[in-house]
Amino acid sequence: MQTYLNTFLALVLLLNLLALGTSRLPTVIRLVTLQGGLIGLLPLLIHSPWRPESVVLAIATLLTKGILIPSILIKALREVQIRREIEPLIGILPSMLLGALGTGLALLFASLLPLIPGQANSLLVPASLATVLTGCIFLTSRMKAVSQVVGYLILENGIFIFGLLMLEAMPFMVEMGLLLDLVVCIFVSGIILNHIKDTFDSLDTRLLTALKEDTSWPQK
Amino acid sequence: MVQILIHILLLVIIPPLFLGIINKTKACFAGRKGMPVLQPYYDLAKLFRKKSVISRTTGWVFQAGPVVTVSCLLFAGLMIPFYRINPSLSFYGDLILFAYLLGLARFFTTAAALETGSSFEGMGSAREVTFACLAEPGMFLGFLALARLTGTLSLSGILTGVSLGAGTLLAPVLLVAAGLFIILLAENCRIPVDDPNTHLELTMIHEVMVLDHSGPMLGLIQYGAALKYFILGSVLVDILLPDSNQFFLIELGLFLGAMGLLSIMTGIVESVMARLPMRRVPNLLVAACLLCGVGFLLIGR
Repeated sequence: MQTYLNTFLALVLLLNLLALGTSRLPTVIRLVTLQGGLIGLLPLLIHSPWRPESVVLAIATLLTKGILIPSILIKALREVQIRREIEPLIGILPSMLLGALGTGLALLFASLLPLIPGQANSLLVPASLATVLTGCIFLTSRMKAVSQVVGYLILENGIFIFGLLMLEAMPFMVEMGLLLDLVVCIFVSGIILNHIKDTFDSLDTRLLTALKEDTSWPQK
Repeated sequence: MVQILIHILLLVIIPPLFLGIINKTKACFAGRKGMPVLQPYYDLAKLFRKKSVISRTTGWVFQAGPVVTVSCLLFAGLMIPFYRINPSLSFYGDLILFAYLLGLARFFTTAAALETGSSFEGMGSAREVTFACLAEPGMFLGFLALARLTGTLSLSGILTGVSLGAGTLLAPVLLVAAGLFIILLAENCRIPVDDPNTHLELTMIHEVMVLDHSGPMLGLIQYGAALKYFILGSVLVDILLPDSNQFFLIELGLFLGAMGLLSIMTGIVESVMARLPMRRVPNLLVAACLLCGVGFLLIGR
């Protein structure tokens, strides 16, 4: 089990780096979908005698992260008609280097943590930290709103992996509630994307600083 | 003794076959019938029967280029085990020699290209060495990770020691293999880094460097390309094939089958992808370095 789990987590790490390394938004969304799907399978790998909670959690995660959220995002992307992150604040190459550095630091940090013996050899903690860091890099360095939503998704994936450590301790309802929140959040962001595009003719979130309470709000 | 003989025979005879498989795969994807799988051999036979035309502006380096390249690659190939067929040559730390033999081969190819004094070939050489600067650290990092995993410093020990399904260490091996696959594509001038079929001087890398070679010298260069693909491909295949203790013939079949699969995969990559813009190639190569580096970190943990 441990071997398969670590392989899956290594793939998650690989997807992190790939997502940082591509500027095409549909590709990024596809990569994050794949990552979500992989993560959805993790509960089944961690708890070897399958319990109903893990199975339901796996199915729900696969459905939301693998199908529902990507389809919302792709639809939103089609409506706002952009395909690339043109000018990230940190270039593609430096952000990949940062991601790798983050992965290295996560590995280093996780080896210093006093984990219980069963978890010491697994990649769960470093993978979750590295994924969270990747999400942070996305959120801070990419300016297009779609990329930021993707960054948020990656961040959430990292937190989800961390949550798997304590699937027994954390109430099942919390995990399901999180998933529901996530779907609603992405759904709302899809709508917000449209509005940003309508208002500014661009998806650059830096323009949002120009927003103020104003009577001349475009009436479209 | 017999094993050494088989190893050398495989190394010398079989490489062009895999270029043929790549071409066939690409033809199938394009809906063509394609040339026969053995076409690279026919081409080589044709080229070796021809005479060379040598420009009067060139000196001995131009003629030495292809010869040195092929001999370096053959020498490097002697150190690579083909699955369970032990290499003819193996000693402590030979992976450094391996990497630098590839480097020497590249140096003579680019030197021969510069010798002609053509500006296009100069451009090709510049690109070749620029990308090599990024591909070589990736290869070293990959070897470093595998050396750390197996605890040996000879290529035969590393490559026969690593195999898929080796306990908990599946994950880093996968990462390193992904990195080495990108490096394989880059080193062999395949899409997405370079297009072996292109004949537009402004975008060519490897092909532009060999424009002035003809006849047997061109044949040597094409043979060298096949050899390089075979050598680097067998590194990857050695890593990815699972452990086994079968009969010799089955292992040989497994190796050739895996090489064939790798060639088909290369063909598929070439058919479904466009080549990257030149300025994006460093990103890809740095990604390969990072994959190998993260693999190394996972092992060293």
